[in-house]
Amino acid sequence: MGNKTALYDTHVACGGKIVDFGGWDMPIHYGSQLEEHHVVRKASGMFDVSHMTIVDLVGSDAKRYLQYLLANDVDKLKDIGKALYSGMLNEQGGVIDDLIVYNMPEGYRLVVNCGTREKDLAWMEKQSAGFDIELTERPELAMVAVQGPEAIAKTMQVLAGEKAEAISSLKVFQGLESAGWMLCRTGYTGEDGLEIIVPEAEVVTFWQQLQEAGVKPCGLGARDTLRLEAGMNLYGSDMDESISPLQANMGWTIAWQPSERDFIGRAALEAEKAEGVKSKLVGLVLEERGVLRAHQKVVVEGLGEGEITSGTFSPTLGYSVALARVPAATGDSCAVEMRKKLQPVKVVMPPFVRNGARVYK
Amino acid sequence: MSNIPGELKYLSSHEWVRVEGDGTATIGITDHAQDLLGDVVFVELPEVGVEINAGEEAGVVESVKAASDIYSPVSGEVLAINEALEESPDLVNNEPYEDGWFFKVKLTDESDLESLLDADAYAEACEAEDH
Repeated sequence: MGNKTALYDTHVACGGKIVDFGGWDMPIHYGSQLEEHHVVRKASGMFDVSHMTIVDLVGSDAKRYLQYLLANDVDKLKDIGKALYSGMLNEQGGVIDDLIVYNMPEGYRLVVNCGTREKDLAWMEKQSAGFDIELTERPELAMVAVQGPEAIAKTMQVLAGEKAEAISSLKVFQGLESAGWMLCRTGYTGEDGLEIIVPEAEVVTFWQQLQEAGVKPCGLGARDTLRLEAGMNLYGSDMDESISPLQANMGWTIAWQPSERDFIGRAALEAEKAEGVKSKLVGLVLEERGVLRAHQKVVVEGLGEGEITSGTFSPTLGYSVALARVPAATGDSCAVEMRKKLQPVKVVMPPFVRNGARVYK
Repeated sequence: MSNIPGELKYLSSHEWVRVEGDGTATIGITDHAQDLLGDVVFVELPEVGVEINAGEEAGVVESVKAASDIYSPVSGEVLAINEALEESPDLVNNEPYEDGWFFKVKLTDESDLESLLDADAYAEACEAEDH
């Protein structure tokens, strides 16, 4: 028996097929992963993401601490509620976790992965020595992601008044508090939408209201095909502690300037850059029949081998796409070993799909 | 509980066989199998005219979740394949025993059928797998 979110009984009542997900009993789908995927691309779907870990950070050194802890620079967060995506690195430049940090009126809020909760919290505590900060986990908060072209309109229909007003004022990648809730214009699907942090006691009613408004419950299966089409990394698959952000298509999340900011992993990343980064994370496309899967071997003629880190059938495109780690000099084609045969595939820059349509060249 | 029709024979690897009474048999995968696989997106079938042997790989079914080999429960010549699966692989999910069939075989050895599971034995095999 794993951990259960406040919505567990609701998932079971909605016909959710429950699986173990990083120690949590979560719905993988409610009947058809493909239907759930399409509804998010075409209308609106909702995901229970309450298993994610929310940590609040306050104290006079909060900003200085995050500037040391994270590869991206929280100094970029000028407005209240503005969010930043960053890697949290070890001394060797490997990714301990990827996270979102929000600039809050009283400090910062971090949303980190569920499977990495314990090591993340231990690492954050360990690095806090010498900083005047206080870290508080918020397990009493639930989180629902409402995603799709109709997501914002449907949510505003359910949340009248102050909360709807907050939503209408949100900029992309910003989160604002309202009456104990936090409404964030963020997501993991490549669609417009919201991630809403809700007190646990109120989440079941909110979920039911969204469902009555026509937002379809979606499982973590569709969340994975959507995020992969959107070219977004999954921690533990596309990067981990042995992989630097430079090798994980996360170079844009490293704030090199100002050069005097000494963040954990900086020296290792600078050395790696000076030496030449050996591999890169790319998108693969197989327009033929068959499905690319994680851990399949990638062969790049003349350069060596790589590996698929995430692969799936793309429901929007009707064929398979993948993320793969390949030698840095890889061009626009390579081959994947599938069922003992080498299958040629196209190498592209992710994302594959944005706002419901193909985007790669 | 998945649907396990009493008139069919089964392999514990989740293929079903319907003996048509004219020396031919139709093969597909069970309701239990399609449920385990989730949404089916591609099915690779044997070529018409080839001889296949009981217990050997005869194709592949790929779902969003995983790829699985399909084994032929019987030996014989492939008479027909279900071409509708190319356009509509979801027939395997929606009608595993009807329009979601995979291929038809002209039986070369009817004694193959004796070693197959009946519905009760297959239900027990599924039960054992779940626990």
